[in-house]
Amino acid sequence: MSASENIPLPAGLTAAARPSLAGWQRGLLVVAGAVVAIAPAFLLESFQLFQLTTAVIMGLAVLGLNMVTGYNGQISLGHGAFYALGAYSTAILMSHLDWSFWATLPVSAAVCGLVGYGIGFPALRLGGLYLALTTFSLAVAVPQILKYKAFEDWTGGVQGLFLVKPDAPAWLPGELTSDQWMYFVAVIVAAACFLLCWNLIRGRIGRALMATRDHPVAAEAMGMDIATLKTRAFAVSAMVTGIAGSLSAVAIEFVAPDSFSLMVSITLFVGMVVGGVASILGSLFGGLFVIFVPNIAEAISKAAPGVIYGIILIAFLFILPDGFAGLLRRIAGRLRRRG
Amino acid sequence: MALLEVRDVVVRFGGVTAVAGVSFDVEERQICGLIGPNGAGKTTLFNVISGIYKPTEGEVRFAGQMATGLPRHRMAPLGLGRTFQNLALFRSMTVRENILAGAHAEGRAGFLANALRLPAARREEQAAAEHARSLLALLDLEAVAEVPVAALPFGTQKRVEMARALISKPKLLLLDEPAGGLNHGEVDGLAQRLREVKRNFNLSILLVEHHMNLVMRVSDKVVALDFGKKIADGSPAEVRADPEVIRAYLGAEATAHAA
Repeated sequence: MSASENIPLPAGLTAAARPSLAGWQRGLLVVAGAVVAIAPAFLLESFQLFQLTTAVIMGLAVLGLNMVTGYNGQISLGHGAFYALGAYSTAILMSHLDWSFWATLPVSAAVCGLVGYGIGFPALRLGGLYLALTTFSLAVAVPQILKYKAFEDWTGGVQGLFLVKPDAPAWLPGELTSDQWMYFVAVIVAAACFLLCWNLIRGRIGRALMATRDHPVAAEAMGMDIATLKTRAFAVSAMVTGIAGSLSAVAIEFVAPDSFSLMVSITLFVGMVVGGVASILGSLFGGLFVIFVPNIAEAISKAAPGVIYGIILIAFLFILPDGFAGLLRRIAGRLRRRG
Repeated sequence: MALLEVRDVVVRFGGVTAVAGVSFDVEERQICGLIGPNGAGKTTLFNVISGIYKPTEGEVRFAGQMATGLPRHRMAPLGLGRTFQNLALFRSMTVRENILAGAHAEGRAGFLANALRLPAARREEQAAAEHARSLLALLDLEAVAEVPVAALPFGTQKRVEMARALISKPKLLLLDEPAGGLNHGEVDGLAQRLREVKRNFNLSILLVEHHMNLVMRVSDKVVALDFGKKIADGSPAEVRADPEVIRAYLGAEATAHAA
């Protein structure tokens, strides 16, 4: 009873479909990736570079959402709350206590991770759409909490807080502008988070996250502790999105309640779907999409950019139902078959 | 001491008694078939043993340890592997990933160790990958290793489930209707494979099955249930000849004819 005799398999899904890359190929990919990451800092104008920086940060925030919603199947419509929490953690430490940006990162990550972990527990009891609604209400509440009088001394209330970008360290050769350095800061932090998430997903824990998403009963029979996995996935996810929030605070040099409206959460969700649900690299493309496509829409029509954006979004999902990640997979499959 | 000891298990759902005080043992390296007509309580008892239901009364001991009352995810580390009646694979994952997911209970590396790819996590991953390769070969799944399981036919998916259960090196394999939905040839293959698995992996198998022919061919011991009670327990030949079993399956008149 051989398995493969009489089943028409989709093309490119045979045993030889996924040979691991040779060492030099991997090295080449890393070098190419580094060039693509570094070049914009010297090629783009200041404002464009700033936009690219925000896109990278957005991609990181989308990655956070993907860890819990894409890979673990817990729908969150409130990740903007963690984005805000990360941004405010960094802003408060920098503007009130004069901490350096780098020192605020671990604190911001820990705060967001802890809050995410805490929210993971009620999430265990609220499956699917109920969880979506609960997290949604969290996102609705955030701007008002940030404006709340009792916290005003710390949060700056409606006015928000101002802070300053970190300067490029003196030991770096050549003189980087603060915009260039900010771009590198975002890329370095994002790259580290992407690498850690990639490792996590490729291994035992990543499989367990996906398994609990696909079939919880079977996952338990494999010895997976669903409650532990889900709460920790929420913590990791909140941490990554929170770190992105921290980066956004310094990149924009300003935090205010109205920058963290419900729209942030929705934007992250759009980025995840467009980039590819349960895709690491897709998250980055999702971030690029949600930052740059609205600009393109505005260039096409000043009068109704929202309409154009909507049309582009629908057209995009029609052409690439699996997001950018699906496109990448298709291209990779085609290359392999040719090679 | 038997590997699996089922003692006076009673399960009631509201006013219905699905299992009414059943006891039996499964010894090491034994294939035990659990049979009975529809509604006899086989699946309920199976779910008690696999930890999905808590019995109203009685207990299940595994390798001397109390298994009743343990959280469900603690059963696999004890050495209890299982397959499901209606396939329960991780549909978005490939065959290889499904099998590797079965090795979860064998591993220790957590979130941090995995994210940082610490040496311990790497060693674990290599061992699991090696083990998965040998199971892919054994169960004739190499050709479809990278295919998402949802794209595969039923019989193949059942083999993936078997491989996924075996990778955690269980001492007892619980199979819920492994022959369900298989054709004649596939059932023959299954019978042979069950014997091989028992021999190669040095384990016991508890099999809930409708397919009488399969149960009688592979089992060392058969337990028959009817209306939640055990009506026979012994070698396949003994159970087949037992008047209670004949009556349960064919009705009282058939027993009169046979007599």
